[in-house]
Amino acid sequence: MIKLKVNDIDIDIEEGLTVLQACEKAGVEIPRFCYHEKLSIAGNCRMCLVEIEKSPKPIASCAMPATEGMNIKTNTSMVEKARKGVMEFLLANHPLDCPVCDQGGECDLQDQSMFYGIDKSRYKENKRYVPEKHMGPLIKTQMTRCIHCTRCIRFATEVAGIDELGAIGRGEDMQITTYLEKSMESELSANVIDLCPVGALTSKPYVYEARPWELKKTETVDVMDAVGSNIRVDTYGWEVKRILPRINEDINEEWISDKTRYACDGLLNQRLDTPYIKEKNVFKKTSWENAYKIILDRIYSTSPNEIAGLTGDLTSMETLFSIKEFFSKIIKSPNLDSRSNYIYLNNSSRKNYLFNSTINGIEESDLILLIGTNPRYEATILNSRIRKKYLKSKTEIYSVGDMGDLTYPYKSINNSTNTIKEIIEKKNELSSKILHAKKPIIIIGQSALSIKSGAYIFENIKKYLEENNKITREWNPINILSNSASTVGSYDLDIISSNFSKNKVLDGLKNHDFKILFLFGNDDVVFKKKDEFIIYIGTHGDKGAELSDVILPSAAYTEQNGYYTNLEGKLQKAYKSSYPPGDAKEDWMIINDLSKKIKRKELFNNRDELENNLFTYLKTKKKQNSSIDFSILDFVDEKIKYNEIDYYYSNVIARASKTMTQCRNEKIKIKKNGTEG
Amino acid sequence: MSIKKISKTQPDKFEFSSQNLEIAKKIISNYPKGKQQSAVMALLYLAQRQNKNWIPLVAMKYIARLLNMSYIKVYEVATFYTMYNLSPVGKFFIQVCTTTPCMIRGAYRLVDACKKKISNKQNELSKNNICSWTEVECLGACVNAPMVQINDDYFEDLDKTDIEKIIEQILSGESPKPGSYKGRTCAEPKNNRKTLVNLKNA
Repeated sequence: MIKLKVNDIDIDIEEGLTVLQACEKAGVEIPRFCYHEKLSIAGNCRMCLVEIEKSPKPIASCAMPATEGMNIKTNTSMVEKARKGVMEFLLANHPLDCPVCDQGGECDLQDQSMFYGIDKSRYKENKRYVPEKHMGPLIKTQMTRCIHCTRCIRFATEVAGIDELGAIGRGEDMQITTYLEKSMESELSANVIDLCPVGALTSKPYVYEARPWELKKTETVDVMDAVGSNIRVDTYGWEVKRILPRINEDINEEWISDKTRYACDGLLNQRLDTPYIKEKNVFKKTSWENAYKIILDRIYSTSPNEIAGLTGDLTSMETLFSIKEFFSKIIKSPNLDSRSNYIYLNNSSRKNYLFNSTINGIEESDLILLIGTNPRYEATILNSRIRKKYLKSKTEIYSVGDMGDLTYPYKSINNSTNTIKEIIEKKNELSSKILHAKKPIIIIGQSALSIKSGAYIFENIKKYLEENNKITREWNPINILSNSASTVGSYDLDIISSNFSKNKVLDGLKNHDFKILFLFGNDDVVFKKKDEFIIYIGTHGDKGAELSDVILPSAAYTEQNGYYTNLEGKLQKAYKSSYPPGDAKEDWMIINDLSKKIKRKELFNNRDELENNLFTYLKTKKKQNSSIDFSILDFVDEKIKYNEIDYYYSNVIARASKTMTQCRNEKIKIKKNGTEG
Repeated sequence: MSIKKISKTQPDKFEFSSQNLEIAKKIISNYPKGKQQSAVMALLYLAQRQNKNWIPLVAMKYIARLLNMSYIKVYEVATFYTMYNLSPVGKFFIQVCTTTPCMIRGAYRLVDACKKKISNKQNELSKNNICSWTEVECLGACVNAPMVQINDDYFEDLDKTDIEKIIEQILSGESPKPGSYKGRTCAEPKNNRKTLVNLKNA
């Protein structure tokens, strides 16, 4: 701890902080442009000048280490004058186009010039003009406004791990650009828009859409992947205009992926806003009453065993719970599953399907092994944590199979189940490395769990770690990387028709055992339709709706309150920021209505009852017997085939989004032409 | 100074000649392991030497791959330093110093001569594609101002007629004589030295 003074107030701070951080600890605000907590220090905007006793000149506080006995002053006339001077220089070349600038109203330069600047300009000279740069379909550039803080460059090289942004030229003619104006090839690229303190980099899909003060802001969570990034949804009337990150140091820090940010325009397209029935292969609009009636007739004439249900990847916990209650109490059918493939799941303990080391835990680990997973596309934010860890301490990272560019270097090892066998039989060099590592992380992806040896891989790695005392109370190295927002929630609510790699619902679908199939927002199931009667309850007209005979429109994640459990098992609530379009209803209400029609009894009297019942279920869940007969686990010598996910098209909302389509096309274009511009 | 323009016509291929590759390897080996990227400036200069005094994009990429760094990083360096030419220059490349001492001593008369004799704009080839000129910042020969640098040689103490003569010689294929055009040795006074007269090599 060191002692110093800020504006004559004594404070104690830990060593290694900068003067700016010390001032913040003392509660003194320092204006800044280039400094950002999560990025390296550049010290080039000079806005953070402060006076330090015994120093003849003002000092850039962001780049100055705080030392014992410093006497920092931020309220003197010298500091005030320095700030005014810096501000005047920054504005010398900055166009005064605030009225047509999208950053207006939330612009650091605007705010700080009001606060610290002078009210007139002394320059008569012409301002510099910089041509616009192409940076892809997400980022709109207006480089004349750039003040050369280089935050975007530092973000791209440090956090995103793509060395594509740079500053060319020098001095006044410095320009920020990508190499020969290619689009940025990163899933985190749009974060530079938030980082830009001026209007140089703004959001292309949101261009001239709204002013910040016109928008209603709702703090909620994201469902595009299983990470559960914290977001703020900005709405104008019904429309979701944009999505911004919210700081949560345990999950997404300050960043969100491009899909999280820009798939929101998919909430406006392809929406189901009224019930439909299929007549002679053509969908016709109908009323809720009529749709319910058709469903009822079918259900009454079908035995419960012939009714099945599949839940989807964006479904909230409340919906999942009401579906579960609906199936067990109203329909009385056991055929309900949340998995649309034969993925291995040992439901006996929560630890078997969670990311146990937690996302924060990644920063403590000293060895990372990826099995059948590409975190860059499956969980972009989590991948950026792995990169952060790598940059901090050059952690050794291994991947079973070559996963392409993960934004950090890793050693690719032989892509075969035999490798796993070798590791657990201590025949591989990795075996001892895992045992010697203090906090190893083994990330098992969905691809590895859905192959024939999935059970063998998971259970044996677990056994190996248990036998060698690597699973302790403080640290569990086994991490399952779930791909969708509802996966962990569904497992918590036991929405599975059979344990392990079996899946009674999918088997039944294959054999055409079912007469009625409920798809609750599920668009991923692949099966040949024969004469099943399919009821789709969802938000978008996609694959699932196409298959169905009756469509009941429901609400998307921004249109109803709902809990989501992220891959670490953190329960988070998504709040309603908009309302369902047209005649669409909230999910649980549809299910409640159906129950009322079938049994003349509502499942829940109101939302509170639903929530209470949900939490009671989660709390009183019984632990199941977890003994596993290891001898029956299949071992097949096979490749751990990686099922590539189509990043920009991974769920219904993304598929309906124009922006995501543009991003996908851009990526395909780059793939075709190679990265050599 | 405005941002340097990248030539629209670019060669498809660039590789160091075997001789230059040896030199490059030697330069790279000067830096500790993992810090090879420090060699980028020297290698860019080497590439410029090899490729008729300018650096094409392929050469930047070639160097980026050689040093295991990203394209944009090499591009940043190449655009930052004014001595790297990013578009073709003439076989005789005239750099006219226009920083204060030269300017006071009439550097703009040299610029006017270049405009008249070579091309109206900087960095444009002359009609017979043999010569181009550009304005540069201080070349460190202020005592002999005004001056120009043509390829590797300094031409000092120039006036309008001198530079016109030099340009004419160049355009007709001759190599003009470098050094002072007022007949002095190095930066000595015009009419012999006044101090250290006994020391021959001083």
